[in-house]
Amino acid sequence: MTAPAPEKTGSSEPVLAPDVPWVTIVWNDPVNLMSYVTLVFQKLLGHPRPKAESLMLDVHHKGRATVSSGPREKMEADVAKLQAAGLWATMARDS
Amino acid sequence: MRPFHRRFGKYSASFEPAEASLIADLVDQIRQLLADRRAEAPTDPLAQLTGMTMGPNSKPADPAVARLLPDFHADDAQLSSGLRELHEPELIAAKDAAAVKLLDSLPRGGGPVRLDDEAAAAWMAALNDVRLALGVRLEITEDDTPPPGVDVPDSPQAAMYATYRWLSAVQDSLVSAMLDA
Repeated sequence: MTAPAPEKTGSSEPVLAPDVPWVTIVWNDPVNLMSYVTLVFQKLLGHPRPKAESLMLDVHHKGRATVSSGPREKMEADVAKLQAAGLWATMARDS
Repeated sequence: MRPFHRRFGKYSASFEPAEASLIADLVDQIRQLLADRRAEAPTDPLAQLTGMTMGPNSKPADPAVARLLPDFHADDAQLSSGLRELHEPELIAAKDAAAVKLLDSLPRGGGPVRLDDEAAAAWMAALNDVRLALGVRLEITEDDTPPPGVDVPDSPQAAMYATYRWLSAVQDSLVSAMLDA
């Protein structure tokens, strides 16, 4: 990700509920604006601002972040929403 | 260009005539890329009869289109292929709808733009798709690092990179206004 956005430190707890088999992952890319990724996490996944920012920073610094988890159909829908918004999102079975 | 700001519950900006036609041209090009991809979908008479639309089962050959429509799974090619068939038509439709909404609210001769929340979301997504495609064409691979060739004055790469950066500023102003809302 790129662009002017205030740098904040701090890391997030993973967004994992117990015993849920699938996760949605967002990968870093050099085009999406940091501010945009934060807004997408808020608007499309319903994360509150601090959580959205912390996940965005994980994507930026660690290259990827798990942004939601749940049943497979729900993750398919999340990936589709995020891809429609232009984020590089994939799903995976939680291991 | 007057960048976006929030005013009376709307997102307002203003564009010069050349800026408005530049945005319209670029968004039209994305619509064309998506339309070409849509045409690659198999025509299954039974599926058409039932109103179901299946997408192609393989990745787009054009890397810019592949960036707009990524695989659903990072490693499992078979799963990605199946999910692509299932979801690609709706993804193309969503991207095209955002592009159309942007074009509908952009005065072609330039001038003020006022967007409600729904139109603002469409603008963000449509501008982002243009930036993603330009990013692939420019071979932008590193965060905050200019891609190769853009430092040659008057080159097509330099012009494209200037456009890309300008669109980034437009999008960032809209995103900032929405984050502050």
